Amino acid sequence: MIDFIQNQLPTILYITFCVFSVLFGLGVIFLKNPVSAAFSLILVFLNVAGIFALQHAFFIAAVQVLVYAGAIMVLFIFVIMLLSVEHVEKDWPKKQAYLPIPIALSVALAGVFIYAILNTNFHITKGPYSVERIEELGGNITVLSQHMFSLYAVPFLAVGMLLSIAVVGAVVLAKRKVE
Amino acid sequence: MAEFDIVHHPALITAAILFSIGLVGISLRRSIISMLMCIELMLTGVNLTLVTYAHQNQDLTGQLMVFFIITVAAAEGAVGLGLLISLFRNQQTVSTADLSKMKE
Repeated sequence: MIDFIQNQLPTILYITFCVFSVLFGLGVIFLKNPVSAAFSLILVFLNVAGIFALQHAFFIAAVQVLVYAGAIMVLFIFVIMLLSVEHVEKDWPKKQAYLPIPIALSVALAGVFIYAILNTNFHITKGPYSVERIEELGGNITVLSQHMFSLYAVPFLAVGMLLSIAVVGAVVLAKRKVE
Repeated sequence: MAEFDIVHHPALITAAILFSIGLVGISLRRSIISMLMCIELMLTGVNLTLVTYAHQNQDLTGQLMVFFIITVAAAEGAVGLGLLISLFRNQQTVSTADLSKMKE
């Protein structure tokens, strides 16, 4: 029994992460209290980070935990607290007649996605970076950084520029007007 | 941890469902802060798809894309919440139901 669990542990974890990220995703939209919704979103991010790690995307998993579950969600909860929860709480449409149409459309969209996922067969020649090859070259982060600072150096600089502009913009938007 | 051959369909289906959940949330919830959270949920779904296909095709471009998307999402969150605070200061509400000035 223990042997079985040890052998199957990655698969069990994988399915658990998938199921729980969907469950907590439902929590994000159906929990009335915005703080509960934000914590539910944090748990979605952590579960998705687990899936990333199982797919050997270790750097992305770490960034997901640090940036998303850490920085961005702390900012969200901070703003919810700042605006006082009652203001955020009156959240759902009063007329429940609005409910079925978006839900039906989104379920249909999910159905189309799932149909496409299950029935598409990409005839693509696989790239050179198999898991073993990445291990040989020095691990996920080494190979990613080699790409990022050579082939993708310009987008990297552009993203740095964007972040600086966003920081300045956020400060300008949120500060009080000086009389 | 034992090596295992990962099957990609569960992750892809999870990503599709997360994206759709985010879409439902954006069209149903009425406070802007919840809508921003749903946008983050949709972005997570897209990121999951990119990483899964990157792993399936043994290519690293998908992971680099996800890195840039996360950075842009952080910028978007900061600017969105700044807008939200400025909106609340001027209108005392964050509900889209009360923000109908352009309809009148």
